[in-house]
Amino acid sequence: MTQKNNVWRYGDDINTDMLFPGKYTYTCSTAEEIKPHLLEDLDPNFAKNVKPGDLIFAGKNFGCGSSREQPALGLKAVGIQAVVAKSYARIFYRAAINQGLLLIECPDAIDSYQEGMDVRFDLAQGSITIGDRNFSFPTLPPEILAIRDAGGLLEYTRQKLNKQSLASDL
Amino acid sequence: MGKTFAEKILAKKAGLKEVVPGQIVTVKPEHLLTHDNTSAIIGKIGADLEKYGVIDPNLSVIVLDHVVPAADEKTATNHKKVREFVKKHGIKNFFDAGEGICHQVVIEKGFAVPGTIVVGSDSHTCSYGALGVFATGIDRTESSALLLTGETWLKVPQSIKIALKGKLQPPVMAKDLVLKIIGDIKADGANYCSVEFQGDIHNLTIDDRITIANMGIEMGAKVAVFPVDDIAEKYLASIGVKKGSYEKIWADSDAHYIQKLEYDLAKLKPAVAKPHLVDNYALVSEVEGIEIHQCLLGTCTNGRLSDLEVAATILKGKKIASNVRFLVLPASRSIFSEAMKKGYIQTLVDAGAMVLPTGCGPCLGAHQGILAPGERCLSTSNRNFKGRMGCKEAEIYLASPATVAVSALYGKITDPRKIN
Repeated sequence: MTQKNNVWRYGDDINTDMLFPGKYTYTCSTAEEIKPHLLEDLDPNFAKNVKPGDLIFAGKNFGCGSSREQPALGLKAVGIQAVVAKSYARIFYRAAINQGLLLIECPDAIDSYQEGMDVRFDLAQGSITIGDRNFSFPTLPPEILAIRDAGGLLEYTRQKLNKQSLASDL
Repeated sequence: MGKTFAEKILAKKAGLKEVVPGQIVTVKPEHLLTHDNTSAIIGKIGADLEKYGVIDPNLSVIVLDHVVPAADEKTATNHKKVREFVKKHGIKNFFDAGEGICHQVVIEKGFAVPGTIVVGSDSHTCSYGALGVFATGIDRTESSALLLTGETWLKVPQSIKIALKGKLQPPVMAKDLVLKIIGDIKADGANYCSVEFQGDIHNLTIDDRITIANMGIEMGAKVAVFPVDDIAEKYLASIGVKKGSYEKIWADSDAHYIQKLEYDLAKLKPAVAKPHLVDNYALVSEVEGIEIHQCLLGTCTNGRLSDLEVAATILKGKKIASNVRFLVLPASRSIFSEAMKKGYIQTLVDAGAMVLPTGCGPCLGAHQGILAPGERCLSTSNRNFKGRMGCKEAEIYLASPATVAVSALYGKITDPRKIN
């Protein structure tokens, strides 16, 4: 697929307080409550202008800090198609899987990207094309892909519990 | 080839003979910690809880600590929902507002048992590595799923060995060590890794070890863990966790580590993390004289009895500078009580401190102690991210309790060796 969508570019160590300020953590939990505050202290234009299909390109250690899931939940809810970064912090990485948000870890792609370039993915092959250059990225193991493909961990869990409960009814 | 702590415990808990880094395993954690965010966690699965109930009423440890006492109607309602959930589902391990900061409560109440796995909907869950626990943070959604199923997946991490030798020389504290490590390997230096501390562990108290393990997440670690030695066993016995009731799992001497580091504790100096990143390391001597407006002593990193003792010893019979607000939050009710008996609270209050209820609020800008634009805070907490204490135009420096107490006295960042 060819992406002509907008790319939001950020640097290294974008932490969860920048993605979603801690002061809202215990008052904003739903997608609608989270959306207006996304990236508030990093880029005030983001929440106003982000559109479904947009991409985020970032440096290393994206999502470091708190275990709060509002960044992953919010980015999925506003329609971010994928985050591409040099590396991720682990709790954010899990949170993204749990929300069904696509993360791509590919330092070379980030280094190659310049404004206006076409970005294409091939998820099955684990490759990303920036302009006319192609880079590969590690794909997730099947048991983890199953969670993301179910639409996130809660859907996955419900399907599993439902199967177990049907089986025990037999 | 020998195995690391992480490889051993995950193999055992997954029921496998051995595991290798990168392998995905399914485990059933002994405990799941959740705090004020329990309200959001159960809110995601209301209908599922009606249908299936919780998998095990003993799995959860719930501690209200992040916004306590409630700041407004919304946080009060969240707390109320948690209390109703606890009652309805017969949750066995519930600690209401005022008991303490969740990580301190988990440890004090004996839920951090060596050789077990504890996950928590809080990034500083890694603190329990101080007692040989495989402890790591997860998000709310995963906590919701765990309430229903009791199991989750973990990727077997690669491991980093940090060998410690010698002894800290007061007023240098464990906080100075962990700030140095993070400054060296940076905020992503241990991403996805098990950080395993070895060497002269006997020179570190349990409080020291908790401070260090607590900040494992600030170097990206999945777990940061210490071996269970006589000191740990003695501590565990003192809180009712009997020797022999747990398994002491530790790395083989020929285990494979992707990186090995060594620190001479006697050579460390008082340090800070400068705004706005925890790995922005500097010696206190390099930033001395910077004016501060607020000091914070407390949090899951440095709110324990020995931390209050250090501050009280420095401030005994003295007054803090008039340009500083000095907030003190003991990490738990039992620490608060003990600090009162020992006179530390009296000393701190007489010196000009404001003692707040035991909890987390100011550390994450959620409740009390919010900074104004242009202000600067020197804090014993674990994060100095932009906006962390409620204002993106304020600055946070992180330091040890000794550095914070001495600096409160002078109203500017001050080397604690100055008064030793």
